[in-house]
Amino acid sequence: MTLLNPTWTALLYLAAAACFILALKGLNSPRTARRGNLIGAFGALLAVVTVFVSVKLDNIPWILGAIAVGAGVAAPVARRVQMTQMPQLVALFNGVGGGAAALVAFLELSHTEDAWVRLAIVFTLLVGAVSFAGSAVTFAKLQGLMTTRPVTFPGLPVLMALVLIAAIAAGAVVVVGGSPGWGIVLLILGLGAGVLLVLPVGGADVPIVISLLNAFTGLAVAASGLVLGNVLLVVAGTLVGASGTILTRAMAAAMGRSVAGIMFGAFKGGSTAGSTVVSERPVRSSSAEDVAVLLGYAQRVIIVPGYGLAVAQGQHTAAELALALEARGIEVDFAIHPVAGRMPGHMNVLLAEANVPYESLKEMSDINSEFKTTDVALVVGANDVVNPAAKTTSGSPIYGMPILEVADARQVVFLKRSMRPGFAGIENELLHEPQTTLLFGDAKDSLTKVLGAVKAL
Amino acid sequence: MDGMSLLTITVLAVFVGFEVVSKVSSTLHTPLMSGANAIHGIILVGAIIVAGQAGDPWVLAIALLAVVLATANLVGGFVVTDRMLEMFRGRQRPPSNPGVAGESGSVEPAKKERRQ
Repeated sequence: MTLLNPTWTALLYLAAAACFILALKGLNSPRTARRGNLIGAFGALLAVVTVFVSVKLDNIPWILGAIAVGAGVAAPVARRVQMTQMPQLVALFNGVGGGAAALVAFLELSHTEDAWVRLAIVFTLLVGAVSFAGSAVTFAKLQGLMTTRPVTFPGLPVLMALVLIAAIAAGAVVVVGGSPGWGIVLLILGLGAGVLLVLPVGGADVPIVISLLNAFTGLAVAASGLVLGNVLLVVAGTLVGASGTILTRAMAAAMGRSVAGIMFGAFKGGSTAGSTVVSERPVRSSSAEDVAVLLGYAQRVIIVPGYGLAVAQGQHTAAELALALEARGIEVDFAIHPVAGRMPGHMNVLLAEANVPYESLKEMSDINSEFKTTDVALVVGANDVVNPAAKTTSGSPIYGMPILEVADARQVVFLKRSMRPGFAGIENELLHEPQTTLLFGDAKDSLTKVLGAVKAL
Repeated sequence: MDGMSLLTITVLAVFVGFEVVSKVSSTLHTPLMSGANAIHGIILVGAIIVAGQAGDPWVLAIALLAVVLATANLVGGFVVTDRMLEMFRGRQRPPSNPGVAGESGSVEPAKKERRQ
């Protein structure tokens, strides 16, 4: 069907692009975020309807069938996924988007002789394939299908360099007019580069890689827009590429790390793998009942949730504990470090799921001054984000990372699995301070016991 | 559209992209990443164009695979973002569970009395 003339088509695409900008803008505030996302979805629907009525298309039943299959698989998965598994789902959706961009570029290869367009095709093929393979490895790491520790082997940097050189060479052949067979070579090299890029990244750095690959896919989509001469793809892809880059930097900055350090740290041997050395120094450990007394007779409690809470899926119990304490007239807030959980902002989502109102979720900069007037800081499954070494020990790997100042509270209670150091592999002096009490065990089990004891007070 | 116009649009889009996310609080970093992820699913438009112009069955098959993948990215991305954001609710909004609403409603005044 070609119901629309080019002017109307361009106007509708412009409207869709405006919707995407409004969507990103809406995500600035919790109040407007959901509406923003719906505006984005509306823009996408508008764009898809526009393409059906503006371009002469064959195979329409097939296309509609393929859309039904894609939507029929993705929507139920997205509806049902556990919120703790959401990072890997985002990685998966990102990967298939990159794969789609690479396939589109590959099919356009036989349609053009223009060297600039071919350059854009090479870029889309490579970046799309890197994003697809990198996201697949990221998914496997987060889903527990493979180790989350950095995977390195001697010669990895050399292999990576060889793959990149081969990719540039194959790309050059394609640009000067090589056959589509070279496009397949390029795809395979891109897939290899994606795997090699993500393998050496470990542990809590994986989410930053998802964000980086998200930006990559955006760039691949923008380049495919140049290939097809489609302005909407150029604008939407560039928006995602630019915002994804900023977001990746913000996430890395919140952890006191550089993006280059995360991507290439393991190459240089500066691996971020956590140490497994168990500290022998004495600490004060205590029972759930003692912790309940500390909490139950406080005036003000701040709960600091971390990665351990997310892993133990203890967010509902934490929310119940907060309710139980509030019922006793205690002021309770949650202090959220920017990188708590598995992704920046992930903890907010987990606690929101457990019906904690977002007014109770305080950002680091807002709540740090309030620890001084706090009776008990309850640290659940967090370590590095409250480690004073980030401020005091200039040689420490986390030196310079902003932390939650729980040491200012009158009492600090750590719910910890063991004395093993956190992800950064450095000891936390705070554990040995006189005001600190430890309760060992799985975060959810410990919270359940403390909750029971508080209710029994 | 000529190359210069596309380049102009690209550069301006870069600045808009930087600008719209520069002030986002870390609270919303994850939904923002997920929302941006959904937006690049718009590659579906490109996949539809390629599939609609395919003559060869192999080309059509690859293009349809791209349509399936792009749709998964687009639809799944917006749905999962909406699910995340659905959970960000304030105190004033009525919670989905009426039992919880009654409980927190009665807690609020009691809490203030005890503090005085």
